[in-house]
Amino acid sequence: MTRSIRDQTAIVGIGQTPLVSKGGLPEDELTLACLAISAAIDDAGVSPAEVDGLALFDMEAKREVEVARNLGLGDITFFAEVGYGGGAACGTVGHAAMAVAAGQCDVAVAWRARKRADKRTRVWSQSPKRLDDPDQWTRPAGLLRPVDEIAMLTRRYMHEYGVTREQLANVPLAFRRHANRNPKAAMYGRELDLETYLSARWISEPLCLYDNCLESDGALAVVVTSAERARDLPRKPVYVHAYAQGLPRQHQTMSSFFCEDPLRGPSHAAARRLWANSDFAPKDISCAQIYDAFSPLIPLSLEGYGFCERGEGAAFTEDGGLEWDRGRLPVNTSGGSLSEAYVHGFNHVLEAVRQLRGESTCQVPNASSCLVTSGECVPTSALVLRS
Amino acid sequence: METGWILPDLSSEVTRGFWDGCAAGELRIQTCGSCGAMRMPPRPMCPACRSVARDWKTVSGEGRIWSFVVAHPPLLPAYAEIAPYPVVTVALAEDPTIRIVGGLVGGPNLTADGVDPATIEIGDPVRVVFAQIEDVTVPRWTGPKWA
Ligand SMILES: [Zn+2]
Repeated sequence: MTRSIRDQTAIVGIGQTPLVSKGGLPEDELTLACLAISAAIDDAGVSPAEVDGLALFDMEAKREVEVARNLGLGDITFFAEVGYGGGAACGTVGHAAMAVAAGQCDVAVAWRARKRADKRTRVWSQSPKRLDDPDQWTRPAGLLRPVDEIAMLTRRYMHEYGVTREQLANVPLAFRRHANRNPKAAMYGRELDLETYLSARWISEPLCLYDNCLESDGALAVVVTSAERARDLPRKPVYVHAYAQGLPRQHQTMSSFFCEDPLRGPSHAAARRLWANSDFAPKDISCAQIYDAFSPLIPLSLEGYGFCERGEGAAFTEDGGLEWDRGRLPVNTSGGSLSEAYVHGFNHVLEAVRQLRGESTCQVPNASSCLVTSGECVPTSALVLRS
Repeated sequence: METGWILPDLSSEVTRGFWDGCAAGELRIQTCGSCGAMRMPPRPMCPACRSVARDWKTVSGEGRIWSFVVAHPPLLPAYAEIAPYPVVTVALAEDPTIRIVGGLVGGPNLTADGVDPATIEIGDPVRVVFAQIEDVTVPRWTGPKWA
């Protein structure tokens, strides 16, 4: 008997609200969550009463009870929350898939709803003035925001491997190009070139404005059920082939410069289990949706998930290496967090499903497998999905 | 006086040895009371031997810049006042895998203004200095380049 959940479940429905960075949306988080889940249930062709499993971020403003009451769900027999913000998106889908595979529920929903378009909602700007958690080792020193912590790691990465700003720029430039083909992306119709990138204002040197994701309002959801049931449903099943979480030894969340090997992030821990449970190796993957709250997380994750050796992630991005039509590995084909929207990386799951259904606006020909990853530098999670 | 800076809660028995050291003008690193291993950030148990016996070791306060950033707005008002400002991660001379984060300062008054960010390089030698904010003393770093 196999110990893995390989291909036992499938994503059979996806749904989302508009994802809006500028100006936001009028609805509250609960309404947005319910609208996205409602759309996913309809897309799946199941009834709300059939939903008996829920997997969500522990940061969700409104939890299982409210969501179930609003959507008219049936008796829920599995519910689980995943922590660590940007590290959790693949985790919720993975938990849903594990629960269905283990017989704890039949139809599970995973989602994320977020309202962060308003600048006043930035978590860092609401920090308590006195800290009893590990932030006390960084905030009093002036590392106030996530971007400051990632910038610290990025400078070291650039130093150790001779990485240039032009190489970092390949990441936002590729994703902007993808967003310009996706009418639903926040940056649709707004082109970005290297000169604009290089002359943009700093946020935390060596990272500039375009290295930062687009905080947004919006919600996204998926429906997961058994592979057997999926074959009777209207949409082409997208199988959950492999799943893993990653919390590496001696990890320090967002401040890995305290770790012994700071540039070996959570992706390395997740990758080992993920590929061990997968029939695919990195070289077999058609395209990838990689968590990109900040551009340097792309080369770091490419290294962590084994698409190249350590120190080679920046070179991997050269000559259109991430682009949908000419890349070594097409990455973030809907625009990602940098140019579609930042919704804790849940939009990456939906874009993977669209690729494997053949419905992306940057469709990779014959895409048959897709890696999806969640946050690097936090306890993370990853999925291999296949058609 | 409320400064708007984000500061540690000094009431934790696990971490306050570090902050007490700063107030006494010393950089103190938590060590295991059983096997002697240094660890940063401080925590209740030694991951090498699982002892909860804890001690503090005063180190030289010398080290080298492991990495650095220069922070620009948007920032909280108290931080924006001195922006753009450099922050360094320093690898300690005694053990370069033990790293401390702090503002980089220079000039006669040891301020962020006394450092031209263009002069900072990874590997630069630095030594700890201390600054008081409200009732807390925090470590900062300076070096011969920014005298
Ligand atoms: Zn010990």
